[in-house]
Amino acid sequence: MSDAQSPVIRYVARRAVPFIQLYALYVLGHGEDGPGGGFQGGVIFASSIVLLALVFGYGAGRKACPERISDFISPLGCLVYASIGLLCLLMGGMFLEYARLAGPDASDHAKHAAHHFGLIGIEAGVMLTVTASMVTLFFEMARPAPDEGGLDE
Amino acid sequence: MSDVLRHLGTHYHYVIYIALMLIGLFAVLAKGNLIKKVIGLNVLQTAVFLFYISIGRKADGTAPVLWDQKPETIPYENPVPHVLMLTAIVVGVSITAVALALIIRIKRAYGTMEESEILVLDESDQQGSA
Amino acid sequence: MLQHLPVLTIMVPMFAGLLVPLLARVHAGIVRPLTIGALGFSCFAAIHMLLHVQGGHPIEYAMGGWPIPTGIGYRVDGLNAMVLVMIAVIGLLTALWMRRSIEDELPAAARPGYHAVLLLACTGFLGITITADIFNLYVFLEIASITSYVLIAMGRRRQALYAGYSYLIVGSIGATFILLGIGHLYMRTGSLAMADILAQFQANPDLYGMSDVRMAFAFLVVGLAIKMALFPLHGWQPGAYTHAPSASSLFIAATSTKVSAYALYRIVFSVFGTEVLVSGLPPVRDALLAMACAAIVLGPLIAISQGDLKRLLAYSSVGQIGYIVLGLMLLDERGLTGGIIHFWNHAAAKGALFCVAGALVLRTGAARVDDLAGLGRRAPWTASAVTVAGCSMVGVPLTAGFLSKWYLATGALATDRLYVVPVLLASSGLTAVYVWRILQKVWFAPADVEPRVGAEVPWSMRLPTLVLAAACLVFGIAPWSVEFARDAIAALGIAP
Repeated sequence: MSDAQSPVIRYVARRAVPFIQLYALYVLGHGEDGPGGGFQGGVIFASSIVLLALVFGYGAGRKACPERISDFISPLGCLVYASIGLLCLLMGGMFLEYARLAGPDASDHAKHAAHHFGLIGIEAGVMLTVTASMVTLFFEMARPAPDEGGLDE
Repeated sequence: MSDVLRHLGTHYHYVIYIALMLIGLFAVLAKGNLIKKVIGLNVLQTAVFLFYISIGRKADGTAPVLWDQKPETIPYENPVPHVLMLTAIVVGVSITAVALALIIRIKRAYGTMEESEILVLDESDQQGSA
Repeated sequence: MLQHLPVLTIMVPMFAGLLVPLLARVHAGIVRPLTIGALGFSCFAAIHMLLHVQGGHPIEYAMGGWPIPTGIGYRVDGLNAMVLVMIAVIGLLTALWMRRSIEDELPAAARPGYHAVLLLACTGFLGITITADIFNLYVFLEIASITSYVLIAMGRRRQALYAGYSYLIVGSIGATFILLGIGHLYMRTGSLAMADILAQFQANPDLYGMSDVRMAFAFLVVGLAIKMALFPLHGWQPGAYTHAPSASSLFIAATSTKVSAYALYRIVFSVFGTEVLVSGLPPVRDALLAMACAAIVLGPLIAISQGDLKRLLAYSSVGQIGYIVLGLMLLDERGLTGGIIHFWNHAAAKGALFCVAGALVLRTGAARVDDLAGLGRRAPWTASAVTVAGCSMVGVPLTAGFLSKWYLATGALATDRLYVVPVLLASSGLTAVYVWRILQKVWFAPADVEPRVGAEVPWSMRLPTLVLAAACLVFGIAPWSVEFARDAIAALGIAP
């Protein structure tokens, strides 16, 4: 299939990927006080890899995000989330009480900043997991079966 | 009678969600193709999402974001059902993913996605082992 | 430390479940100790909390420091502490038991993943039990369900795939109904915190007459009835238990349906209030009583004619879940005691029997009842476990099952529901028939029959079996479980 695409599509897709990924990070960063967040950012990030696979074929897409990597990142993101929760607990707060990350007797300003970073941290964890899960879902569904031909190649 | 009609007119979202729900349930129960059942399940779940979103609706409501005005002076949509549905949509996607993964493996193991044919094959398996 | 135990009970198995796939590629040997360690911690925490909440000292936990009606809360009281202990102990025993079984039934590449999914399933079931937020309950229910579908579909024959798929479709319909019920309830009360909703019902009993509240209760009950395989909604269960890997059958049969039954207890006591059954919606109570009685009689009746041990046990589970629902529907202190202790009693007896079914699969490749012939000669330990657990299922005095039935029967008499007593007796008689069919094969096989089972299974499998069988005896003789159940009922607010 990769040979059948017109050069315009191939050129545009290749150039669009970094911008899609940058936009995903933008959406992630603004999730705390606006529409967006880890889920949305993760799906957008995964879409850049899906775009590669659609335009350049299953193999090229899988090379951009090998199974080894996506299988590693998927639980890692959840672990980041859970670890931040447990860190709050170790700092003397309740599970996921981000403001406690600033320390026992921090100023209100520091607590506010800690809350901010805690939220961004768990959103980043969500984004990692969502990206990896979406990529895995796409490639598992599209995997060419030995007897059926699959999506392409 | 006119009361009922007026009630339906103001509560048309119930009619829509119940209709969608029944369409979904029908597909899950009556279709023999495993993929069509999953599609029915998705329609069923979407009906519930729409129901939740509709109960958070407020006439002329805006996004529930704190502007400079006091929040009580402007009507805003209830954000809680939206948040709940965000979670439920993710759950729905996970279930669809597991279902499709199972269907792929069923297709490889049985060579078919039709429920009736799978049951026949199961039957012959049991006779073979007995 | 005690303050944080509710969240740690849930998070430690989840953390381990996420670490397992990461660490398995570095060092595969760490998977099993990590699984056992995490579930062991949950076990310890659950038992610690059970002892702490005695005498009406519930533990509350506010996630993220948000006070409870605003944020999500966890709450441990006498009732869910008992269910937490049940899930954690069965999870730990399954993890100890399953090493040889999954070596036999699963390819090597699938084993670390299997541990991870089992840990996440445990997280889901523990979460359903501990949460005090009704939407959080739905989310944990789905976590537990999705992992259960995977645990079942990993069976080695292709029927397991189709059994997992059928369970997924039926279970998702049930879960969607539960979600819809929660939506209708939220529409009327504007809250998701259980205590908050209950306070509204107590302040304003007129709410029970509202059509959306009735709809909410109906959807929740039907959804949970599907999940707990209450007769006649049990269609998914026999296939799922029969074709799943033996370790999955053991874990899911001993916990899954009972956790859904617990959710029904929780919905009735802590969300709607028991008034919903008495004055709010009495037809639901009558319908559930009828379904429970039908399950109690017909479950064992269908079980009698089954040739596959796992399928036989699945139908017997259909009957046993009827006892738990019956205990709730009697709404009497004694009846409830019977229902609540049956959580533990059924987990112990059914756990032990599924351990034996799994051992049979390991030795003969299938779980045919006929293959049990001569088991008593070759494997006396396992055979004794079958005998004790079987007697407990029948309800022989001095076993745990007798206490359940005794309390249910006295509860039924106290509430003038005389028809329950013959139902219980008929069920004991029918159960005795299939248990006798098993025991006759085990102990009284003709001497010329060469046993298919060559020898005992290894100790890693024998010990959990014996622990569960011993529990059947201990709960029958020592009244601990009854004490715990009485305390739970006192905390829930049913006057003794």
